[in-house]
Amino acid sequence: MTLMQKFLGAAAGVALSAGAALAEPALIFDLGGKFDKSFNEAAFNGAQRWAEETGGKFLEIELQSEAQREQALRRFAEAGANPVITTGFAFATPVEAVAGDYPDTKFVNIDGWMPEVPANVQLIGFQEHQGSYLVGMMAAMASKTGTVGFIGGMDIPLIRHFGCGYAQGAKAVNPDIKIVANMTGTTPTAWNDPVKGSELTKAQIAQGADVIYAAAGGTGVGVLQTAADEGILSIGVDSNQNHLHPGKVLTSMLKRVDVAVYNSMKAGADLETGGFTILGLAEDGVGVAMDENNASLVTDEMKAAVEDARAKIISGDINVVAYYENDSCPAHDF
Amino acid sequence: MDFMTLLQVLDSTVRLATPLLLACLAGLYSERAGIFDIGLEGKMLAAAFFSAAVAYMSGSVWLGLLAGIGASVVLSILHGLASITFRGNQLISGVAINFLAAGMTVLVAQSWFAQGGRTPSLTGAARFDPITLPLAETLQNVPILGPIYHELISGHSILVYLAFLMVPGTWWLLYRTRFGLRLRAVGENPAAVDTAGVSVVALRYAAVLICGVLCGIAGAYLATALQAGFVKDMTAGRGFIALAALIFAKWRPWYALSACLLFGLLQAVALRYQNIDLGSFVIPVQVMDALPYILTVVILAGFVGRAIPPRAGGEPYVKER
Repeated sequence: MTLMQKFLGAAAGVALSAGAALAEPALIFDLGGKFDKSFNEAAFNGAQRWAEETGGKFLEIELQSEAQREQALRRFAEAGANPVITTGFAFATPVEAVAGDYPDTKFVNIDGWMPEVPANVQLIGFQEHQGSYLVGMMAAMASKTGTVGFIGGMDIPLIRHFGCGYAQGAKAVNPDIKIVANMTGTTPTAWNDPVKGSELTKAQIAQGADVIYAAAGGTGVGVLQTAADEGILSIGVDSNQNHLHPGKVLTSMLKRVDVAVYNSMKAGADLETGGFTILGLAEDGVGVAMDENNASLVTDEMKAAVEDARAKIISGDINVVAYYENDSCPAHDF
Repeated sequence: MDFMTLLQVLDSTVRLATPLLLACLAGLYSERAGIFDIGLEGKMLAAAFFSAAVAYMSGSVWLGLLAGIGASVVLSILHGLASITFRGNQLISGVAINFLAAGMTVLVAQSWFAQGGRTPSLTGAARFDPITLPLAETLQNVPILGPIYHELISGHSILVYLAFLMVPGTWWLLYRTRFGLRLRAVGENPAAVDTAGVSVVALRYAAVLICGVLCGIAGAYLATALQAGFVKDMTAGRGFIALAALIFAKWRPWYALSACLLFGLLQAVALRYQNIDLGSFVIPVQVMDALPYILTVVILAGFVGRAIPPRAGGEPYVKER
């Protein structure tokens, strides 16, 4: 055994014993980065809330490249972390591959999908189309021009799923509404290109849009900025982004990743695994953000309509079609 | 497509072409002097961050611009040290600068503002506002020319006009001054310049510094004029498209202008019309995004004219062997 291996072995031993004693939960952020003002940041906020309330500690890592996914999972599992929570659909495959090797560790993946869920894995999904439906309704009610916009990040089914719910909501209020939808790009840089977000916003304004929904990560910052500069309304996504431009962001479509992370950490080693958790409107997993920053923009009529639709979606009276069902959208052709 | 739509696409072209043009001219100075610079991206990124950060803290966009230029020049000097003084590999130094900038900006932003690697949004005097050229409002109603003047030519930030003025400026400097002649010579045959008693090292440093200043303006334009703040990796590959434009332009200023406008137009069209339906088939948006690179490869392969880089490019100058 070389000296290096001895050191590595010793380090692993220390990590193992420390981990086994504490069984801290671990959180792995996806490539968007921990502070993306949106999806990953929501996960971080949930973990932070758990840490503050319980005084516990959690392990975390921000990925820098695709290759680190499996490595990070194995390291946390070997360090005795439990449960290991991962954010982002791209983690589904590595989690599936790793889970069998660590039967005593519980894994959680948010947004992912697997054909067969291993016994120690729990998948958490959100009904983004339901939340998007509600903000689509608000957009259509706030629009004076009869044209609303949607700007997506990378062109993937998940983002079309957001756009599809939005289009259905807007059409429910005004069947003649015109929907302008654009995707920023087809590579991961599309999540972090605010300049393109701005240009898309200007192009959509030129086509008549006066409310624009951005489901585009960091690119959305440019969308919200340009919308505020040009005097039209925008809609944020994932986290509550109303405060970014008070009085100019109509609302935000909340995806309560923080709640999912918080609940998983709270359950700790007793977390129920082996299936899917779907968080929709009924579970408050998705929703619309109402606070003092957008109070002046939201009319009582909008509130009533949103509440009504929310109740009807929960009861099943309104069926919001998911883009995944047949890879197409009834309300808009992407 | 009606006239107004055309104007809007062209207006968008001007905005998107400006950072490309500044970075392309920056690369032109450096490469004409024999220093390959693939660190344009990193320099723009560093400038974008520091201009936004200082503009936010001081409330003055001009101080921000200076800080952006300063940050970019520091990286330029680093590149100069590595590739001129220590005769290192210019490509490796450029790659290192890109990595350094990508990591450092986010790290410093997080430690200063704690907003997750971005700066707070800039408002008021901390941003470059669009300026309305004289008579733009009055002439607005003149048919054809009025809207062109009002929509397309007027209403950009001052950095846009500066960038476009840099084109004749660069042409004049390179082709009509003694400094320009020497700068071009040092990229072709540094030994001859040395024999004439002119310092190769000083000329190359001068070129690298000009490159730093222009990249600084490009970065500041992104963060304080086009956007209101810095976001991680916000240059999004524009430094590399500028390099492609430089090759496409065969290292000449006026060609650089047309190459950057062409690439800007491609982006503007791709953003406006995502999938172009030609009736019988659809051009997907990816084709438009890839076109700058494809065109550059076509040019490099010699199908359309020939792109000959400066002969001494990439070679550190060694006086005596």
